[in-house]
Amino acid sequence: MESQFITKYRCVILIVVAAVASLCSLARAQSAPSQPAGAARSQKAAPIIDGWGKTIPAESSAAPAPVHDISGIWEPGTRGVQPLGAGAMPEDGKPDHQLSYTPAGLAKLKGTMPSNGVRTVLPADSNDPAWHCDPQGLPREDLFELRTTQIFQAADKILLLYEYGKVWRVIWSDGRELPKDPEPRWFGYSVGKWEDEYTFVVQSTGMDERTWIDRAGRPHSDALRVEERFHRVDHDHLELTVTIDDPKMYTKPWVALDKLRFNLEPSNFDVREMMCSPSELAEYDKLMGQPASGKDSQ
Amino acid sequence: MKILMALALAATALLAWVPLSAHHGDAIYDVTAKNVTLKGTVTEWVWANPHCVLRFDVTDSGQTAHWVAETTAPPSLIQRGWTKQSLKPGDQVTITVLPVKNGRTVGRLIEVLFPDGQKLPHGGDQGSGQ
Repeated sequence: MESQFITKYRCVILIVVAAVASLCSLARAQSAPSQPAGAARSQKAAPIIDGWGKTIPAESSAAPAPVHDISGIWEPGTRGVQPLGAGAMPEDGKPDHQLSYTPAGLAKLKGTMPSNGVRTVLPADSNDPAWHCDPQGLPREDLFELRTTQIFQAADKILLLYEYGKVWRVIWSDGRELPKDPEPRWFGYSVGKWEDEYTFVVQSTGMDERTWIDRAGRPHSDALRVEERFHRVDHDHLELTVTIDDPKMYTKPWVALDKLRFNLEPSNFDVREMMCSPSELAEYDKLMGQPASGKDSQ
Repeated sequence: MKILMALALAATALLAWVPLSAHHGDAIYDVTAKNVTLKGTVTEWVWANPHCVLRFDVTDSGQTAHWVAETTAPPSLIQRGWTKQSLKPGDQVTITVLPVKNGRTVGRLIEVLFPDGQKLPHGGDQGSGQ
């Protein structure tokens, strides 16, 4: 009786089993943490070839985290590249990576044509401003091609020196307020203060609306506020968390980068140069972008 | 039986919803397509941003095809054993490529094998990544 039932309805049963299996696998993939807690302390970072061509082992010190100190040469490995958009919310089509847009936000999103992620267009059709070497600005400098980052601290400011684009930012720590209605800047205006002995929190405003939030073309308005939390986990590790708050574009704030881990490199580490060069881009476009898009003369 | 059919319909809907894992989603590649392996001669190795590009010629039955294959940016390649000097015009190599969708002799560089058995990237076919 039982085997007759199974034989008669085997197709239906197979479909049900396959769906349940897929759902379990998807749930497991989504719930798996990107990095287990405590890994920052236990994993030894791989050596890196620096800009001078030397193989440099990462720092490995038993010293405790210094107080009020995020300075150093910080290496994220490939964790900072983020080709599908903001590392904690990539545009990969998964439901829990769907952002909650306002109508204005959705309209502006439709105007961005990225050459990566699920909304990708052909390279020749992309309107990514950074693909013409416009400055990435903030927060995109944290959310695409974030590589070896140098942090210097002075009494009244913190300087960030980024590898990609060889750009720098000043974060004022002298207690000043953010400016009201400032002239827009690609990288905006940043102030920061110590929330506790190991966490430096930065607020930024006044970012130029021409920039994309990330490689996936998420939009922002002039109302954008970016919060960056730099947390010195221990002597050798730093974590960066970036939160986007733009009530004109999104119905609620969202975490774009969640505890991205950096390893401390020694002070003799030479940072590579990684520039957006219009002439190199034009050559790449001629060799790859145009033929692959079917837009060249052939 | 009705319950089972209802379950099956729901299951089918679920299967349609479960997304394919999103790759580095370039519109020019079908990431489910097969790689091709070609024997060729290097004509140019472009070591530059945004992506390094290898140009090579493949000659078959008297016809020469001019291929162009991209990999990733120099800062990533350096860590996997590639350098500006890894390849030069005239090198005879075996190249594995994921071709672009539109049938042109253009693709993503997966692996380069030299006659002495050396491979790029070092450690296997990690592909071009970003």
